[in-house]
Amino acid sequence: MGLINSAIKGLQTAWVGMGLTLKHLFALKKRDLTPIKSENYFDRQNSTATIEYPKEKLPIPEVGRYQLDVEIDDCIVCDLCAKICPVDCIDIEAIKATEAIGQTSDGTTKRLYAAKFDIDMAKCMYCGLCTVVCPTECITMTNLYDRTVFDLSNLTYQFSDMTPEEAAEKRALLEKQQAEKQAAKLAAMQKKNEQ
Amino acid sequence: MANYILYIVIAVGLFAFAALFALFAVYAERKVSAFIQDRIGPNETGKYGTLQTLADILKLLQKEVINPTAVDRWLYGAAPAIIFIAVYMGYAALPWGPGLVPSKINIGLYYIFAIISVETLGILMAGWGSNNKFSVLGAIRSVAQIISYEIPAGFALISAVVIAGSLDLQQVALQQGVLFHSRMKFLGFWDVTKIGGLFSWNIFQAPHLMVAFVIYFIASLAESNRAPFDIPEAESELVAGFHTEYTGMRFGLVFLAEYSMMFLVSMIGVILFLGAWNTPLPNIGGFALADWTTGTAWGILWIVLKALVLVAVQIWIRWTLPRLRVDQLTDLCWKVLTPLSFICMLISAVWRVWVM
Repeated sequence: MGLINSAIKGLQTAWVGMGLTLKHLFALKKRDLTPIKSENYFDRQNSTATIEYPKEKLPIPEVGRYQLDVEIDDCIVCDLCAKICPVDCIDIEAIKATEAIGQTSDGTTKRLYAAKFDIDMAKCMYCGLCTVVCPTECITMTNLYDRTVFDLSNLTYQFSDMTPEEAAEKRALLEKQQAEKQAAKLAAMQKKNEQ
Repeated sequence: MANYILYIVIAVGLFAFAALFALFAVYAERKVSAFIQDRIGPNETGKYGTLQTLADILKLLQKEVINPTAVDRWLYGAAPAIIFIAVYMGYAALPWGPGLVPSKINIGLYYIFAIISVETLGILMAGWGSNNKFSVLGAIRSVAQIISYEIPAGFALISAVVIAGSLDLQQVALQQGVLFHSRMKFLGFWDVTKIGGLFSWNIFQAPHLMVAFVIYFIASLAESNRAPFDIPEAESELVAGFHTEYTGMRFGLVFLAEYSMMFLVSMIGVILFLGAWNTPLPNIGGFALADWTTGTAWGILWIVLKALVLVAVQIWIRWTLPRLRVDQLTDLCWKVLTPLSFICMLISAVWRVWVM
């Protein structure tokens, strides 16, 4: 009798498991893409786990903490972001202007040109420190997280809006101004010595 | 001459069927496993991923056939062919419809059981020839499992054969439907000779054959190395068991043999227990449903449908039940299934003498 009882019990317990999988087999519900903010976010365990990624995406907040963006018109080229970056992915080359070039949207006076403002997104570790130190809040993190490139150099984002010719012109202007200043200084010194 | 052409056409046809079935079954297996695990499964290649297995087989065909230096070249090379041919030759004696059988032999069941036992030899050759510890372990497990499970499977089948009184599969099939003119009884008390359909299937002709069918089904899972009896391939312990070293089309043949075996054992189960090519619809009064749905084309449809249902159950079981340990496996075989199938066979003999 023990034999038959154990055989029946084995079949019964197997049937419990098979019933469970049968329920899942026919309960295929498409994954609803509710954002994490939604009340019934955890109801998704009742649907499939798969998100068919490139075709459908989970909604993310507009102010995501993904790739960096720079509003170059608001940048005063203070270089703070490049200094604080733990992985040195920001590369800035500044040229002093001969005079104030204008104001940012929050009223800070700009005195430097950004001849180069490159961010290497392949190096970036998404810590967000650069956005914290930026005095004019021109460097921000965006909701863009998926960018595929064929050449790694395409992941170096260039934010400077100056052409090399313009940069060269500004450099020449600066040199001229500095030369003039130097000359003026020398003249003043000589005058002083003569007295 | 025409005879030989016919032989070749039938052989090629059966091979094409086995290959197409394997393509379909692999796709079905992936989809079923995905749905059971709340995934989607293949969905990029073709509509709903239908071309996925075709793409896979194209990939396998292009792959290099690698001969590791340490293998025994002859055993290693011949094993996949032997494994597949053993299963494929079993198809020769399967009846597909009334009067439609590739090879009408009066010891059909005996022949099938003998020829698919050769598969064990192929598996042992593959394991030993690979010269790899995982392969040998897998092969030893496989042989131990297949040989021990042939006993309950055989006795469960003999219970049905005793009731049918014939080893000729076409004869066994005939006795389970309206085309048979001698007396048939549902569970031994209700004459269903004219009614046919579901009620005249072997499984309902004697109640203990239901138990015999379950025993046969469990044993057939073990014989085709399917989960929960897939310890010869146990991925988590033995990499891939006896076919660890195989690549390209040689691996493809082992795979094809596994799926062909699934269909073959399902067909045997259908033929001996579930009415073979007979319709499940009974004659009800004026509606002669059984007579209307009996014929060559209907026969092929019914037998393939029933076999596919059994294959679906095999897939369903694979994705539900966890793998048995080796000791549990032999325990189940020798202490549960073998005694139960013995009892079934005894009841069959008594039934044949006193009830039928």
